[in-house]
Amino acid sequence: MLQIALKMLFGDRGKYIGIITGIALASVLMIQQPGILISIFSRTYSFISDVALPDLWVMDPMVQYVDDSQPMLDTELYRVRGVKGVEWAVPLYKGNTRVRLADGVLVTSNMLGLDDATLIGGPGVMLQGKLADLRLPDSVIVDEAGANGRLATPAAIPGGKPTPLKVGDVLEINDQRALVVGIARAAATFGSQPIIYTTYTRATTYALSERKMLSYILVKTKPDESASTIAQRITHETNMAARTPDEFKTMTLKYIRKNTSILTNFGFVVLVGFVVGAAVTGQIFYNFTLDNLRYFAVFKAMGATDRMLQGMILLQALLVGFVGFGIGAGITGAFAAATSGGTGLAMTLNWQLLLGSAIAVTIIVLFAALISMRKVMKLEPAVVFK
Amino acid sequence: MKNDTETLAVRCDGITKTYGSGEVRVQALRGIHLDVQAGELLMLVGPSGCGKTTLISIIAGILDQDEGECVLFGHDLRKFSHKERVIYRGKNIGFVFQSFNLIPTLTAAENVAIPLLINGMEMEAALVQANERLRDVDLEDRKNSLPTQLSGGQQQRVAIARALVHGPKLVVCDEPTSALDHETGRRVMDILKKLAVGHDRSLVIVTHDARIFEFADRIAHMDDGRVVQVDANSPSQGKTT
Repeated sequence: MLQIALKMLFGDRGKYIGIITGIALASVLMIQQPGILISIFSRTYSFISDVALPDLWVMDPMVQYVDDSQPMLDTELYRVRGVKGVEWAVPLYKGNTRVRLADGVLVTSNMLGLDDATLIGGPGVMLQGKLADLRLPDSVIVDEAGANGRLATPAAIPGGKPTPLKVGDVLEINDQRALVVGIARAAATFGSQPIIYTTYTRATTYALSERKMLSYILVKTKPDESASTIAQRITHETNMAARTPDEFKTMTLKYIRKNTSILTNFGFVVLVGFVVGAAVTGQIFYNFTLDNLRYFAVFKAMGATDRMLQGMILLQALLVGFVGFGIGAGITGAFAAATSGGTGLAMTLNWQLLLGSAIAVTIIVLFAALISMRKVMKLEPAVVFK
Repeated sequence: MKNDTETLAVRCDGITKTYGSGEVRVQALRGIHLDVQAGELLMLVGPSGCGKTTLISIIAGILDQDEGECVLFGHDLRKFSHKERVIYRGKNIGFVFQSFNLIPTLTAAENVAIPLLINGMEMEAALVQANERLRDVDLEDRKNSLPTQLSGGQQQRVAIARALVHGPKLVVCDEPTSALDHETGRRVMDILKKLAVGHDRSLVIVTHDARIFEFADRIAHMDDGRVVQVDANSPSQGKTT
């Protein structure tokens, strides 16, 4: 009878497509929106992830998240270097600057000033040029997305296509010359701003003059002591906060979640996807059962047991759920692939997300099956003669 | 000499049935006494609302009476559990409906196979038997047709094949010819009489269609919830006596 159930389902093509579409759309919403949310959240700490070498980030205790750097005096670096258990400590400047393009447009960008000697904190993947070229005069490295997008050389004629930045191009940062010596790949940032890498010393000259310029101190601990122990020691001896990369990421994420409505907005869309998916799917599936109610009564009269009929309905529901979820996941996967690597809308697709949305879809189809089963179970077989 | 269990297919004794309650209470059956012999074709006739469909539903075991006893081949189905009754029905009763009730998305053969599938047979074996029954009703060449591709008469023949495919002891038919023209109706009745009625199989037909009375062995006339007269049919004259 299960084969008969499938033939009944596939035979009513309009309703079958309707149910599948409803589940596919619900699946898209329930996979895509959390996927975009995860992507956005991961961008909030992408800078911490990109700077891979240090075991500890030392910062002003008032720092609440990574983009909220509170400048410190350069002398703090030497105090940290003097703490027992610190293998090395290097300065890092992180701030915003404005880049003037050839057509006069000002583009706000993230500027990172790396330790002049070691260049620690630099990009991991160079697409053009070499990281060491930052030691050349006036040199900067620009991230790939910025070079191809907002910092691209404007077209010579109005309406023309901008030309991506390349090694040898010159930018103007705060009225000073900046020579592009490399193009690097970096994770997209929360604000999707271009990233400009240069040395710490040069960054302080590009940036507007401030008394304090040191954003973070990157620390490598000696192998014989734990990072948390040394972090406590740094805090005790310098009164500055020292956090592991994971702690700093978590702190950044918490701040963004607490102080923006992103989670609420996306969560609401996911909830709407679930409710609309359940309502649409439930309604169409229930209508499908109602349309076939007479035949279910015929089956009952002919001796089909309740369990047999429940099995038929359950199979129909699970099948449409499986196919609909597959289509929805496929569409979302294609979207994820199409948007990966850019600075615009992007999403993260992981197994946890797929599992969660599969469970949600299963709940939807089981709900649809349940209300249909209830109707069929209450059906009197004697209606076949009416 | 055969006892009652061997000769009686159905014995209804004092059956009453009431629908609704209070002011909308309708007494559909008011004490029915009726026997159906094994191998007999019995027609239930009477005006609309006289209780024919209610009685056939109780006989077929798909509706419970309020009072009285309805015994099928020696079994009082009310003493069965719900599941036992469903299984008994699946093995022993065949149904033919006025509006055919063929599943529109299944082929003729698949429709015929349904009672066998309900009884646990595999699809492949069920289709073999279904095709044989379709041959019996001269529709083997239409086994892969959907119901919408068949005429009314052909659909009813498919329904007859479905009612007989699992070898039931009792076949109940609700107005099997009322949706058909005279000629087609007679052909359907010919097939029913030929295939459905046998030494160990009985047929109960509810009908308004006086054109087919001649096919009955007996005709039970109902009115206002009672069997008011039972006539034996004379095969030679085609008339009730």
